[in-house]
Amino acid sequence: MTLLALDWAFMMEKLILIIIIVFASLGIALYTTFGERKVAAILQDRPGPNRAGPFGLLQPLADGLKLIMKEEIIPTASSKWLFILGPGLAMTASLMTCAVIPWGTALHLFGRTIELQIADVNIGILYVFAVVSMGVYGIMIGGWASNNKFSLMSALRAASQAISYEIAMGLALIALLMTTGTLSLKTIVADQVSGHYWNVVYQPLGFLIFFICAMAECNRTPFDLPEAENELNFGYHQEYSSMKLGFYLFAEYVNMIMSSAIMASMYFGGYDLPFFDESTVAPNIAAMIGVGTLLLKIVLFIFLFMWIRWTIPRFRYDQLMNLGWKKMIPLALFNMLLTGALILSKL
Amino acid sequence: MQALTNKSIAVNRTPMTIWERLYLINIIKGMMITFSHMFKKQPTIRYPEQKREFSPVFRGLHVLNRDEQGRENCTACGLCAVACPAEAITMEAAERQEGEEHLYKEEKYAAKYEINMLRCIFCGLCEEACPKDAIYLSETFAPANYTRKGFIYDKNDLLIPNTLTNATALAQAKGVEA
Repeated sequence: MTLLALDWAFMMEKLILIIIIVFASLGIALYTTFGERKVAAILQDRPGPNRAGPFGLLQPLADGLKLIMKEEIIPTASSKWLFILGPGLAMTASLMTCAVIPWGTALHLFGRTIELQIADVNIGILYVFAVVSMGVYGIMIGGWASNNKFSLMSALRAASQAISYEIAMGLALIALLMTTGTLSLKTIVADQVSGHYWNVVYQPLGFLIFFICAMAECNRTPFDLPEAENELNFGYHQEYSSMKLGFYLFAEYVNMIMSSAIMASMYFGGYDLPFFDESTVAPNIAAMIGVGTLLLKIVLFIFLFMWIRWTIPRFRYDQLMNLGWKKMIPLALFNMLLTGALILSKL
Repeated sequence: MQALTNKSIAVNRTPMTIWERLYLINIIKGMMITFSHMFKKQPTIRYPEQKREFSPVFRGLHVLNRDEQGRENCTACGLCAVACPAEAITMEAAERQEGEEHLYKEEKYAAKYEINMLRCIFCGLCEEACPKDAIYLSETFAPANYTRKGFIYDKNDLLIPNTLTNATALAQAKGVEA
């Protein structure tokens, strides 16, 4: 019976990695909510949350506890299964992205080489795109199942926004893939570590387009039309309460972390610490430094997201569509053609 | 049409240049402005630890005054109740008995003296009406309470502690740590 001869150590190693990464993402997301409030406060000359614990550090726990303790309301006119499925799907889709992100080089423990990546899929970026597109289903299903016209309107907006910006995002990525020549995130990062420059040097316009589209995909201000308070009185999660609402709000922050990680990996060298030769230290320490570097890059990107949120007001819906279809897509196409022409002229 | 003030600004309707239409420059300018606010001084007063100083003319909670021998000044003449525009003050007068000279300054005193703090508007007219220097507005304000009844302050709540018999309480009431 060699059919079931699984490599159990390999399975365990991946399982532990999955658990660590998922809980770390959730933990970081928890503190990103705190960070958001603090950044907002500091940018507006306020102290921000500072009562729960030292420097208000226990505030996210208090918020989470409050959300859990609240009454769970499922509207009678809603379709119950879809209503419950919505937030779960939003959360799952945003967490699934972390499977292909390379968090660092390999660790050497107990005579084994442990890759700090859950799955090195050779179509990693395609997988990310598939999962990110799934995220909009959480919003769509939630908005539809609420049986509320505002929720439905906002779900429709979210869907059309995601579709519009995914095209420009994909086109911006094609230009990147033309320069790297691979879809595997691990290879893309490894090329940047061993090569001279990060991909952002070769693809500045592509990065700009990708960044704007990532912001739109995460439903962050200035693209937070699906939850526009003043016209949709809260958008797709209007009927939600308790932890289901928490899941929706949380999924947004997990999305933010994941898109920051992907941008850092694809355009900013991933776990590569610049001006530092990793071969001079022990491989395990080098791997940990890599993880730390990637986390630092993620934090910087999240700060950038927040900084933009507390600076720019929300777009009007027609402006959003204009920007997506009339500006981003032609610009991404131009970027793609330019990249292709440059690659051809070099050959 | 003649402008009424010189505050009006003509709307600039010149079409935007290509740089302005790109928006990115202006967005970065805006982000620099928000970034500069990170280093600005916060005007926040962290309330329970820090308190904003009241102005010297602040009119807070009432106190009923005593003279230097610790006797109540109030003679229950009712002028404060008449002056009160919110009709927050009620009182009952009584005659001073033999042997009560150390408690009340004059022959007549207020047996009952109540101020409804929910009605009071803290205008200070009672203070101005009083001929005996008996009522003053202090620098504290009425604390929160669970019932409406709790806001009707009687003599026990209002009388200033006796200088001679209860000096520590007086110091505490004045805010000087005893």
